[in-house]
Amino acid sequence: MTNKALPYLLLTPAILFLLVFFLYPFVQIAVLAFAGPEGFTLSHFQRMTSHWKFGTALANTLILTAIIVPVQLALALSMASIVTRLKTGRSTILYIFAIPLGLSDLAAGIIWLAIFEQSGFLNSLLVGLGLVERPVLFLGYQNIGWIFAAVIIAEIWRATAIMMVILVSGMGIIPKEYYEAAEVFGASRWQRFRKVTLPMLRPSLQTALILRTIAAFEVFAVVVALGGTTLPVLMGETYQWQFSLRDRSVAASYALVILAISIAATLVFLRLLRVPKEAKI
Amino acid sequence: MAEIVIKNVAKSFGAFQALHALDMAIADQEFMVLLGASGCGKTTLLRIIAGLETPTQGEVWIGGRRVDHLPPRQRGISMVFQNYAVFPHLTVFENIAFGLRMQKMGQPEVERRVRRTAELMHIEQLLERYSGQLSGGQRQRVAVARALAMEPDVILMDEPLSNLDALLRLEMRAELKGVLAESKTTTIYVTHDQVEAMSLADRISVMNGGKIVQNDSPVEIYRNPAARFVGSFIGNPPMNFIPAKRTDNGRWAVAGLELDGPRTERELIEFAIRPEDVFPGEEGFVADVRVVEPLGAHTLVTCDVAGKPFRAVLESDRRVSPGETLKLMPAASRIRWFDLDTQTAIPA
Repeated sequence: MTNKALPYLLLTPAILFLLVFFLYPFVQIAVLAFAGPEGFTLSHFQRMTSHWKFGTALANTLILTAIIVPVQLALALSMASIVTRLKTGRSTILYIFAIPLGLSDLAAGIIWLAIFEQSGFLNSLLVGLGLVERPVLFLGYQNIGWIFAAVIIAEIWRATAIMMVILVSGMGIIPKEYYEAAEVFGASRWQRFRKVTLPMLRPSLQTALILRTIAAFEVFAVVVALGGTTLPVLMGETYQWQFSLRDRSVAASYALVILAISIAATLVFLRLLRVPKEAKI
Repeated sequence: MAEIVIKNVAKSFGAFQALHALDMAIADQEFMVLLGASGCGKTTLLRIIAGLETPTQGEVWIGGRRVDHLPPRQRGISMVFQNYAVFPHLTVFENIAFGLRMQKMGQPEVERRVRRTAELMHIEQLLERYSGQLSGGQRQRVAVARALAMEPDVILMDEPLSNLDALLRLEMRAELKGVLAESKTTTIYVTHDQVEAMSLADRISVMNGGKIVQNDSPVEIYRNPAARFVGSFIGNPPMNFIPAKRTDNGRWAVAGLELDGPRTERELIEFAIRPEDVFPGEEGFVADVRVVEPLGAHTLVTCDVAGKPFRAVLESDRRVSPGETLKLMPAASRIRWFDLDTQTAIPA
């Protein structure tokens, strides 16, 4: 056996594992979504799209993502810029920021439910301060705007740190000399951020955005905890069709829709933030 | 007009004193080289002048304006970095234009300046490339062009040639000298390479341990080192030193020879001579030849004089072999003397 073959040989179990437990279920789901009694069919997709909740779920998911991801990006960039500049206490602060990452999304949803529900912390505070006379029903079905806001806040609280951690490590590998050169040649702090940090951070931005956007398309537990079924999202509908309505084919169709928009978003980010080979460090 | 004045500038990093209260004046359009071994504080001084480092005390004046509280961009300087710092995500054109764009200069003027400096540095055919497609020498040219395009009053250079191979360094050195003389800027150039310093400088400041040891023209630094350190640092090989014992007023015993020297009360001082200033003959230091290195034009001979290594540069047509004993006579006008306590030169 040559030395060249060894790394491939060592990787084989992992590759097989991935193929068996990813590719096989994937093929199964595709079969579920497209197969009918007479072979290939789009009837499951028609059933999915003709249901009144599909459009709302798709729209809600996309709107949530379109708000959460940019806000998280802005927050993560500013936090990472500040943390990178720290001389002492940097890792302590990183650890503190990373605490929400240790929680499951359901736990995060429940924490924010404890804040927003009728007998929750927020209401106790408002009543205690005399700002309202009796507790407000924030998360009722009439208050879809509040549920939206609560989900957005919970998601930002829960998952901004992962972006920040990726960006901090990305900023760490930009050589200091580039900033000094930019400074000497007249760039203000903001210009250094725009002309040096952002372009040189593209690989990390790519990773962070792809990870967060895909996760945002899959938002589920936080929505369930805070809104039940009042705020339909794609992942929630997948769950509903699979376990409540017992139609695995429609659930599989939903899963494929999520997969499709995830792939589309990934391609967009790969394209937008591409670093040409000759422009690499 | 951009003369630079450094007044009482010191810098410490925690307990480490990198610079000890320096004073220095650099005339308009002068080419000043800061020369010293690594860790002597030369780069720190340059960075303080650039505004990339804040001095612990003291003042920096450029063109009659106090600048030590100003950010780098308000000091009228530009800089060439040791690792070039050519932005990888910008083309050569945009790299050279970087500072001009920051000044919101109009596109026609940017084009004009970039083309002109690119031609000056012979990189006009590379303007559309990225730094990843350039060799080290080409990146160096981009870095210099970027500095020149600003048409600054002052150019600061931090070991700009140290990452190039020997041949390229020689070529760039001559080119830099020509280009900078033409641009009429005041230049401060940091290097640890004494040959580079000698060949480029109007004036050299030799630094050691955060202090300026000598500040003079290259020839003066070479011929009349103000301190033992300068003699032992400058010159390849550097000066030879031999202890000298007083025998009479103005007479000194040096490794078996009795020589005329300074009239001082001290009993023990140091004799110093450059390796090329000793000549083999009938009389002189008794030198046992250890190693012979033919260098073409000259032959470098390492011998033992009074039990200490002593280097001599001899004409290469003279055949010398290891084991031989030579008599080496120092040229009287080239002998220098140093005080053992203060480590400074004693006038003869």
